[in-house]
Amino acid sequence: MKNQLTAPLAEADAPARLLTKPVARRSFLRYTGTGLALGGLMLAGCDNDDPEIDPNANRLDVGSGDTGILNYAYALEQLEAAFYTQVVAGGAGSYFATASAAEKAILTDLRDHEVIHREFFKAALGSAAIKQLEVDFSSIDFNLRAAATGATRMGVLDAAKAFEDLGVAAYNGAGRFISSNDNLVLAGKIVSVEARHAALIRELLTPNTFVADDVVEISGPNARGTERSKRPQVVLETANNFLAAGSKLSANSFV
Amino acid sequence: MDFFQLVDDIAKVDPEVYDRFDSRRAAFRNFLGFGKKVTASALPLAMSTLFTKAYGQTATLPPLVVETLNLALQLEYLEKYFYQTVLASNILNAEQTRAFEIILNDENLHINTLRGALGTAAIADPTRAGFDYTGSQGGRRAALFPSLGNTFTNTGEFLLVAKNFVDTGVRAYKGGAPNLNTSTTKDLLEVALNIHSVEARHSSRIRSFLRGGVQSVTAPKSWITPDETTATPLPNNGVPNAPASVGPYLAGNPATGATPSAAFPAENNTAQGAPSVNVQGLTPTGGSATAGAEAFDEPLDAATVKAIAKNFAANPAALFN
Repeated sequence: MKNQLTAPLAEADAPARLLTKPVARRSFLRYTGTGLALGGLMLAGCDNDDPEIDPNANRLDVGSGDTGILNYAYALEQLEAAFYTQVVAGGAGSYFATASAAEKAILTDLRDHEVIHREFFKAALGSAAIKQLEVDFSSIDFNLRAAATGATRMGVLDAAKAFEDLGVAAYNGAGRFISSNDNLVLAGKIVSVEARHAALIRELLTPNTFVADDVVEISGPNARGTERSKRPQVVLETANNFLAAGSKLSANSFV
Repeated sequence: MDFFQLVDDIAKVDPEVYDRFDSRRAAFRNFLGFGKKVTASALPLAMSTLFTKAYGQTATLPPLVVETLNLALQLEYLEKYFYQTVLASNILNAEQTRAFEIILNDENLHINTLRGALGTAAIADPTRAGFDYTGSQGGRRAALFPSLGNTFTNTGEFLLVAKNFVDTGVRAYKGGAPNLNTSTTKDLLEVALNIHSVEARHSSRIRSFLRGGVQSVTAPKSWITPDETTATPLPNNGVPNAPASVGPYLAGNPATGATPSAAFPAENNTAQGAPSVNVQGLTPTGGSATAGAEAFDEPLDAATVKAIAKNFAANPAALFN
């Protein structure tokens, strides 16, 4: 994808990329992974109550504990459900109106699954649920299947790929913060379905990219064949690009 | 003590030493938080912890964690030699060949990852000879999949069994996740979750080959549909605590339970959460009658996973016990 929208996405992922970039990795770790073990000692005498400008001003925090993770999942499912609902609504000139039979069937299934996920979390959270979020899909061209190089906006399948990959990375990265095994298994039941979605959307765009290096660690001497999962705050930097002001999120309890 | 010199000296004999330290973003948290808690006098102890983290923790892994990871490792070997065998045959087209080369590479990486976590507690490599993909268990009974002998000869049968293997793997990782959810094994949990989703991606790809390509609208979908639970069950191999009939999409044991994480329902399950919600009832207007079951995959218990996988052991006494 070469369009303007990739700029904010790339920036949001920059911290993760920096840490996984093979060339920079060794020297970087020389002074962090090992260095911080000692550097941390110097912080022992410091007070961490220094006043700072709050980078999360005007952001809605998902909360803490398992409820916070469920709300985080609820937020991401709201985003996906709203996206596919708009895709499947179609209309004159839309990509969906002229999509292949298989792509129509796939996107309709994805709409169904994501709406079910959203409604499930809403029901499970009850009065603890965050509000209904307002989305901002101005960076997506719903009339376009996939953006050509240099396009200013993402196509429908580009956005679907971004949302599905982000969802998988998000559930996997949130797993460690879950206390209850019921909630852990629940997240597991959903994330594998999201991974099935992600792989198929990728295949619609480019054959045999279902586990490409941008989402799975497959190359390099230390590759583990594992999903490149992302912690909540990293995920939200991307997700917030698709949320309207007043609906942008933070996850300050999960670091 | 010159800490950096020590690490550099180790690097001369172990070039991977830097990567053995907590090599991801967690490094920030682990060491910043950790640094605040130690004093200079505790530094030698702190460094010892650092190296223990880097070089394996087998001695301290709880038995259930070892058991869970070793079952995962056996399943990875089951898949590895299956894909290796098909790639040595000539029954795949170019796109399929590339896909299974990619999948085999992932399985090899998973094996390395799991062996690294288990250290000396890892099972021995069963080798290709450890498996009999015809399902005859080394000639002890009639073959279930006759075309999958030493040289695979039928693409359809291969893809069907591949789908069953990979979906069993997805269910096994999901079912094993709670065993890794302890305060000392959160990193291992994260690794297992990050393998789990990769296996699901594999399943999606394999399923698209089974229906004749991504632009085909025939079955199977890339996600599990409720009708798949009626597929012909496999012998249960007398594994204790496994149901009388086992299958990759059937219920495990117990099928229902007091809490969701203690239950292993079939893949057509539509009751999720506690209190349970009928998720099919949440389908939007115009949605499909199968979406509720499709939207959630189900975990499988270790005994049932073993009973399924044992069908493909060359010697059922040697694997998946």
